[in-house]
Amino acid sequence: MENLKTELKHKIIEVLNLEDVSVEEIKDTDPLFGGGLGLDSIDALELIVLLDKDYGIKLADPKKGKEIFQSIDTMAAFIEENRTK
Amino acid sequence: MKKEIYITDYNCITPLGLDVSSNWNNLVKGNSGVALHKVIENQEAFYASVIDTEKLDREFRNKFGNQDFTRLEKMFLLSLKPLVEKHPITEETAFILSTTKGNISLLKNQTGLPEGVYLSNLAQKIADYFGFKTKPIVVSNACVSGVMAIAVAKSMILSGKYKDAFVIAGDEVSEFVISGFNSFQAIGTGPCKPYDKNRNGINIGEAAAAMYITSGPCEERSDEAISKNENVKFKVLGDSAVNDANHISGPSRTGDGLFASIKSAMAEAHIIPEQIDFISAHGTATLYNDEMEAIAFNRMELQNAPLNSMKGYYGHCLGASGLLESIISMESARHEMLIPSKNFEEEGISQPLNIIKENQPAKIKYILKTASGFGGCNAAVVLEKC
Amino acid sequence: MRRLFWKNVKLKVMKKTDSCTIEHSKITVNDALIFDSQSETFHDFAKEAYKKLEISYPKFHKMDNLSKLAFLAAEMILKDEDHSRTAVVFANRSSSLDTDFKYQESINSQENYFPSPAVFVYTLPNICVGEISIKHKMQTENAFFVLDEFDENFLNDYAEQILLSGKAEKVLCGWTELYQDNYKAFVYLLTL
Repeated sequence: MENLKTELKHKIIEVLNLEDVSVEEIKDTDPLFGGGLGLDSIDALELIVLLDKDYGIKLADPKKGKEIFQSIDTMAAFIEENRTK
Repeated sequence: MKKEIYITDYNCITPLGLDVSSNWNNLVKGNSGVALHKVIENQEAFYASVIDTEKLDREFRNKFGNQDFTRLEKMFLLSLKPLVEKHPITEETAFILSTTKGNISLLKNQTGLPEGVYLSNLAQKIADYFGFKTKPIVVSNACVSGVMAIAVAKSMILSGKYKDAFVIAGDEVSEFVISGFNSFQAIGTGPCKPYDKNRNGINIGEAAAAMYITSGPCEERSDEAISKNENVKFKVLGDSAVNDANHISGPSRTGDGLFASIKSAMAEAHIIPEQIDFISAHGTATLYNDEMEAIAFNRMELQNAPLNSMKGYYGHCLGASGLLESIISMESARHEMLIPSKNFEEEGISQPLNIIKENQPAKIKYILKTASGFGGCNAAVVLEKC
Repeated sequence: MRRLFWKNVKLKVMKKTDSCTIEHSKITVNDALIFDSQSETFHDFAKEAYKKLEISYPKFHKMDNLSKLAFLAAEMILKDEDHSRTAVVFANRSSSLDTDFKYQESINSQENYFPSPAVFVYTLPNICVGEISIKHKMQTENAFFVLDEFDENFLNDYAEQILLSGKAEKVLCGWTELYQDNYKAFVYLLTL
């Protein structure tokens, strides 16, 4: 799970173009949205694409995204449970 | 003395007809161009408003023969032809084209850029066909392009550089656009329901529309033409296109840019809210757009003006929508008939609007047309029936 | 009776107060070179310029290349001043084709079909104007045109109408052309 969390942090920085952010700065329990990363609605949609592209998870209800993307912890847990890749 | 700017002719090519009267007849019957279509191979079908390609090709062959044009170019040519036949083109005639993506479907599986994807090449091809003598001006301002194109024509005539203008607008349903809006979770699961409690997204549509705009004095109208209500004559009183300066895809929650656009256009027109007889709003049926409009219209005290969105009939035609919907607004005024905001059942916005629910006779003198789009853009134009 | 024809007499009262040119990895403001880079790609050049000019705006990195180009040029002119009455009128030849091409690549193959909303939103050329409006809080008149080549007269005529109608006090005009690593921006401020 730890590897997945670190992997997620790298991916988020890359996919969401967070140039000025380092992996160390993203804490596992920090809120991804409404926190210091400045993520917006487009970023939320990009994370939905990330779930599909890298982990084979197609989100049936995109509104569930809010719960899943609360933090690295919640995201990793969801992926562990549902990944097909 | 400031010149007056008039719209005196128009035409449109849509799934509801290849001329204005076919469109109007279908609209009055409540018909919609929206249906289930398989736009992308190996993927689910989408509700979209699509022109019958066979019908389009047949009409094109009849009018133009077997010439090599893309599907969108055929739509443009068909929409403009009747106007060019009635109004001569001079060295002082502007040619303005509104589109968001043009011939974007030419990009599929390409390793480089085909010439036809350049919007100026697209415009030049149409201009050359009809013998326009001035350089085409392409307005590509997301979904407000169609409304803005009218404003650009007005601006160019007022600048003294042109005496009149032909404005055309068009966009096609494409895999490019549908896949993109789908990635935004913006496409509705059924026929779109602007302002409705159960709305859940847009239907993409396609159309081409054309308009002739000129400075006064206008051509004399024969008594016969006036009595047959054949002639079109609308003054462009005011226009504005203000940005929200908030977010590149989500509209301002307080409707700042739309409010400012309407305010500025109406100020230029010297019109107060009580005078607006009809609003043709944008109404895409996304949660956020429709809500934003409700707020902006209320801020302008326009909540009582009869209002509709035409997206239920035509889907969202992107760069064509502003021009097409302006034309239908003028048809409403000419026929003295308001048509309903199709698929609206129960209000689902936080502030009230006077949404038209059925065909109703009405005297329409002042029309407000608005649009909003990606990039935080908004546009408003005020028209007066003469 | 004598008639005076005023048709061709127009009082050009607009002034060009500042201008910025960006091309060949150089940024020039009012004819003074303010940044020069050895970078060969636009992406690297833009990143370097962002750092060197100490622009602090994390959203920059999410922008597509056209928006970065337009943004950098506008930054040089608008700076931190109040531009709440400055309209923005831009044009180019290639529209958003640079990003369109990238987006198309993400949907070309059925097997690898992952359309990106973050890329799709930039497949409209007016977004670059939106980015400038957001950064500088400009709730003002905006327009984006696509022309065969840079036509300063057209932009000026359009800008003049905005100024004469009182819809703005200044207009930021720009030609922001970019396709892959061929780019040129010429952005300038007009006032009455």
